[in-house]
Amino acid sequence: MSVTSLKAKLMQGNQACAEGAIYAGASFYAGYPITPSTEIAEILSERLPQVGGRFIQMEDEIASMAAVIGASVTGAKAMTATSGPGFSLKQENIGHAMITEVPCVIANVMRLGPSTGGPTSPAQGDVMQARWGTHGDHPVITLCPNSVQECFELTVKAFNMAERFRTPVFIMFDEIIGHMRERVVLPEPGQIPVVNRKKPEVGPESYKAYEPVDETLVPPMASFGDGYRYHVTGLTHDETGFATTKPEKMAAHLQRLHDKINNFLPEVVDYEEQSIEDAEVVLLAYGSVARAASRAVKDARAAGLKVGLIRPITLWPFPGEAVKKAAAKAKAVIVAEMNLGQIINEVRVAVEGQAPVYGVLRADGEPISPTEILAKIKEVL
Amino acid sequence: MNNAVFSSRNMTEQEFFFGHKACAGCGGALAVRLALKVLGERTFAALPAGCMSAVGFIYPQMAFGINAIISTFAGTASMLAGMAAAARAQGLEDVHIVGFAGDGGTADIGIQALSGAIDRGERIIYICYDNEAYMNTGTQKSGLTPLGARTTTTPDGSVVGGSTTKKKNMFDIVAAHGIDYAATASIGYYQDYMNKVLRASQCGGTAYIHVMAPCPTGWGIPTEHALTIARESVDCGLWYLAEYSQGKYRLNQRPETFTPVEDYLRKQGRFKHLQSDDIAQAVRDRDARWQYMLTQWSDA
Repeated sequence: MSVTSLKAKLMQGNQACAEGAIYAGASFYAGYPITPSTEIAEILSERLPQVGGRFIQMEDEIASMAAVIGASVTGAKAMTATSGPGFSLKQENIGHAMITEVPCVIANVMRLGPSTGGPTSPAQGDVMQARWGTHGDHPVITLCPNSVQECFELTVKAFNMAERFRTPVFIMFDEIIGHMRERVVLPEPGQIPVVNRKKPEVGPESYKAYEPVDETLVPPMASFGDGYRYHVTGLTHDETGFATTKPEKMAAHLQRLHDKINNFLPEVVDYEEQSIEDAEVVLLAYGSVARAASRAVKDARAAGLKVGLIRPITLWPFPGEAVKKAAAKAKAVIVAEMNLGQIINEVRVAVEGQAPVYGVLRADGEPISPTEILAKIKEVL
Repeated sequence: MNNAVFSSRNMTEQEFFFGHKACAGCGGALAVRLALKVLGERTFAALPAGCMSAVGFIYPQMAFGINAIISTFAGTASMLAGMAAAARAQGLEDVHIVGFAGDGGTADIGIQALSGAIDRGERIIYICYDNEAYMNTGTQKSGLTPLGARTTTTPDGSVVGGSTTKKKNMFDIVAAHGIDYAATASIGYYQDYMNKVLRASQCGGTAYIHVMAPCPTGWGIPTEHALTIARESVDCGLWYLAEYSQGKYRLNQRPETFTPVEDYLRKQGRFKHLQSDDIAQAVRDRDARWQYMLTQWSDA
């Protein structure tokens, strides 16, 4: 995304996320204080009323997620923000938003877990929880910024994806990105497109709330108050929205939830490559770790080592094709992440045995340094 | 009600909450310390996320001189229920099971667990130290933040001027369950508070104590004023000392005249932005509350 405005500011990642939400047209936030995401709530408690939006501090994490669903079905672009323990508590409601196809954004500023863990320590331990945290089969879109600028841009994108695909979208950044201050160039209004959910083009009498009308497989969404009366339920339902236990209808419902995203992977999947063309060692890292990995690539290249980096911007869906392609020419793949091995398993699946996969894994509240990654590169070459 | 009397004369010199890292003048720390002086060393405690769990267990010091567990935020009263049942199952008759949770951990995220525990008649003591916001995470509004108070999620900004909601009435809520014993207290009247802890420990069922525990950091008051402001909250009538047991309410203090609400509010940074209308509203709310207590609690 190229941004050419001169509106440069020094901002924290959490603040950029809040401002990104405002830019994307968010008009509702419900949340509960939790370190290290609290600044998002604090800032939106002041910013949303200024733009005619609503901020509610809820009584807990569960309530926050439920309120977001309520606001979204009533026409608002809605978000919440949290961290590990709160992300756990929100999971049932997240599943509800997935099966009812309610667009919304959940920011998870990752801290060390499990449980209270390290509230002010960075981690990337919620990556698999994002994928499978709520029960049942469901697709997931998860964006992962590696800079304060990207916190802004990917929050806008998260809202756009939520509206485009009628689904909850996660934006997950580690505590380092959330609390780091960097120069951010704010785009002018209109400079980044803002997507709004598709509304029904038929009258209430012929509207079926969960019937797709085109190849996107995303049913147009009428808000409460638009004059359409329809049923919304967490039960498996057919195109009318009413619950069904017919196996073929249940299968079709869950399949469509998958297909509406998986049929459009080129539109969704996003990643960045650095020096990957001739890479003998392929690094994979995301979030703040990708910055250390990027430095390690430069240092390795300076030392004459052919090293490249793939940085997933969408953790989910995972850019497996890019990994597979790069691994085909590589002697080794190294995954650096602030956990004890999460995305590395996804990488192993994508690599399909073409090259050995090594980890630089850390879950001690400390960032991963370029030196550590470089040491691993030298070890495996 | 039991007529036991605790005073500074017969109070134990033993400390069960000592060496913690609370801010100077912390009302919550005093509430925990005094309660444990009453309950003694055969006490098991649970504390959710909050100031007291943050300052009470910092390596290498376990500031609690008793067994204590940091619970999940939403699970305090439920964890206490498990502890009480297990203690009974193991034949431990001489122990007290106590929870210390802040206002957010009690009135917001923890209220479901608390309600269930009262409903089942768990033999636990639940003490809410109320500093009127989420102080541990940097002063966000809770359900017990008073109307107009500035917090980081209820800023005195250009559109919204402090908290837009009134303080939730936890005492009435727990009493409505028909709880075995409930009381309000203030660390400013610590003798009254300690005697309520004693009665709670002797009630034979579920007990809830709601103790006003000022936070100099979050309230914007000098540290040496924590006790006097806690007393003043009662003297001006915005807070009150009461008990509930066996279906009956009792007011422990009925001031002839209240000290000015404005004096109480103006001393605190969190109320600095209030206009005279806001203060008049606080006075009206206070008067309505006292009218309610004096007329509805016929035995008060």
